[in-house]
Amino acid sequence: MGEVLIRAVDGISIGVRHGEFVALLGASGSGKSSLLNLIAGLDRPSSGKVIVQGHDLGKLSRMDLAKYRLHTVGMVFQSFNLIPTMTLLENVELPLRFAEAARGERKKLAQQALNRVGLSARLRHRPTELSGGEQQRAALARAVINQPQILLADEPTGNLDSRTGTEIMNLIREFNQNLGMTVLMVTHERSLAERYAKRMISLADGKLTSDEPNGTTTGGAGER
Amino acid sequence: MKFYDAAELAGRNLRESILRNSLTTVGVSVGVASLVAMLSLGIGLQQLANRRLEKSGLFDTVVVTSRRDLRGFNREQEENGPAPADSPSLDEAKRQQIEKLPHVREAYPDIRFVSELRYDDQPHIASVAGIPSSAKSNEAFDGMQGAFFSADSAPEAILQKSFAAELLGNKPRPDDEVNAAILAPSLIRKKLVLHYAERTSSQSGDAQAKGGAAYSVVSREQALTIVGISETGPDAMRGQARARVFIPLRLAESLHVMQPSDLRDTTNTAGAQTYTTIEVRVDSPANVQPVEDSIKKMGFNTFSITDATKSLRRFFAVLDLFLGIFGSLALAVASIGIVNTLVMAILERRREIGIMKAIGASDADVRGLFFAEAGTMGIFGGVLGVALGWALGRLINFGTNVYLRRQHFPAEQIWFVPWWLVSGAIVFAVVVSLLSGLYPAARAARLDPVQALRYE
Repeated sequence: MGEVLIRAVDGISIGVRHGEFVALLGASGSGKSSLLNLIAGLDRPSSGKVIVQGHDLGKLSRMDLAKYRLHTVGMVFQSFNLIPTMTLLENVELPLRFAEAARGERKKLAQQALNRVGLSARLRHRPTELSGGEQQRAALARAVINQPQILLADEPTGNLDSRTGTEIMNLIREFNQNLGMTVLMVTHERSLAERYAKRMISLADGKLTSDEPNGTTTGGAGER
Repeated sequence: MKFYDAAELAGRNLRESILRNSLTTVGVSVGVASLVAMLSLGIGLQQLANRRLEKSGLFDTVVVTSRRDLRGFNREQEENGPAPADSPSLDEAKRQQIEKLPHVREAYPDIRFVSELRYDDQPHIASVAGIPSSAKSNEAFDGMQGAFFSADSAPEAILQKSFAAELLGNKPRPDDEVNAAILAPSLIRKKLVLHYAERTSSQSGDAQAKGGAAYSVVSREQALTIVGISETGPDAMRGQARARVFIPLRLAESLHVMQPSDLRDTTNTAGAQTYTTIEVRVDSPANVQPVEDSIKKMGFNTFSITDATKSLRRFFAVLDLFLGIFGSLALAVASIGIVNTLVMAILERRREIGIMKAIGASDADVRGLFFAEAGTMGIFGGVLGVALGWALGRLINFGTNVYLRRQHFPAEQIWFVPWWLVSGAIVFAVVVSLLSGLYPAARAARLDPVQALRYE
């Protein structure tokens, strides 16, 4: 608010490897979403650094930051954030437009992405005509359409019942395991994190409280 | 984002709030329409004035006289140029030479004489002028009764209406009380006999030997058929049309009517028949000056009116400017409408802008999108506005003509939409719209995605 600096994320230092599936846990207001926004390049840190693939995001120009969001990260939100006036196909196609992909290619890629999430029958529907689970699946298709290396998910199942939530989580796991995408997921449900994530980072009041591997395996190789 | 994509997205965004965007577009089109209507009236009036001037035959005509006649129209011409005795005579060869100059439409001798005409065995005296067929478009013959000459040498005559009244034995009255339409039925197709003095060449060896011309003068008659009655009074007529009886130029020439200049020809060493004056018609008033200059170089005196058209053009430039400014006011108001609509759209689509930025849209993409929306409204508003302005101009034209007809004036075209105005107005509308989109687009581009996406 105004000039007052709120320390949403304060003195956190974490490193994530390529191909990891990390859950960011914490109560609401713990700073987990703010941390995700920093990694997504939507926000800049007032101090400290966010380094992704060797680039300090705080030092990128607005243009380069937009390119980073376009090509390096994909994002899904709790409230899906599909554009209500566009059909699913158009929504999924949108990042390809910003990437200036060829017209014919675009439609094909968007269709493939929607097929992959099981929405091939819903291409021409608008988001409001679909269930929450279907909307989130479309949002996932949009997030990965430019083949980013990092998938950022902000409470992806927060607005869904547990059955559709599981569907979404299975898709995210598939992207992690089959496409080797690094996944950072913000959630406040510890059980969900325990089921899918391989590493769990807990935050409280903007500070790191714990950083522990989940189960036996931890992600793939590749320092970043 | 590519231009075409931005345009496509803009199109669908505009369709989403169709009512608001249509109203804004209508606002733009009303602005463009007022601009087009104003300017088309300005241009139409200018063309009307130009047409009138052209028809008067005053501004595209150069009058040529020989320096030998010592009848120069100004002192400067008298003092400069060759001495009268050394200067050329105005004869047929020179006429043809003048007619071949660039921008010259025609050059014809001014043949006019006063003679006796018999109608119904009653003699009348009137000035007779030979006029070329191109004079048909002269304003002197606007609204005339009957028809113009059927051929350039037909034995036909057109009468000025007060002379026509005289032939019928009516009491002399002011011209504006004489109605050509009432006189016409009793005169048209009737015969008129022209008495004139013909100059016939004679074989006088004495005169030939001295290098002058010799001729006899013979009294002749020529029967004429009255084909038309001209509406205009002789005082209102200008230039070539100043006469009471008009006959075709070729006919007038073939009559070889004795002219004052013939007397001088008897002492003319060149021997050939000469003309007192030649009227030169130029293709446009703008070319009068160069034509006049080249005729002067041939050694003749010239006379023309050119300055009047210049000041008239300046007057219309100022008029167009003022009409344009008033027309633009509505467009300025419309541009505020565009700013308003786009700012509203930004407020409404905050979240959408945030989403686009989160999935990788750059500032330029967002700016381009809003620019495209402003531009699209400009194009549609421009096209619609030109159509509306065209219709409005037509309506004003129609209304004016209804009024003119009620006042017994001939209809006039006071409205004209040239192609440059159509394309110019559309381009102007787009430019104004883009300028209006400048601020909203910049504002949308700078929107912070985190704030835009923050949900309650």
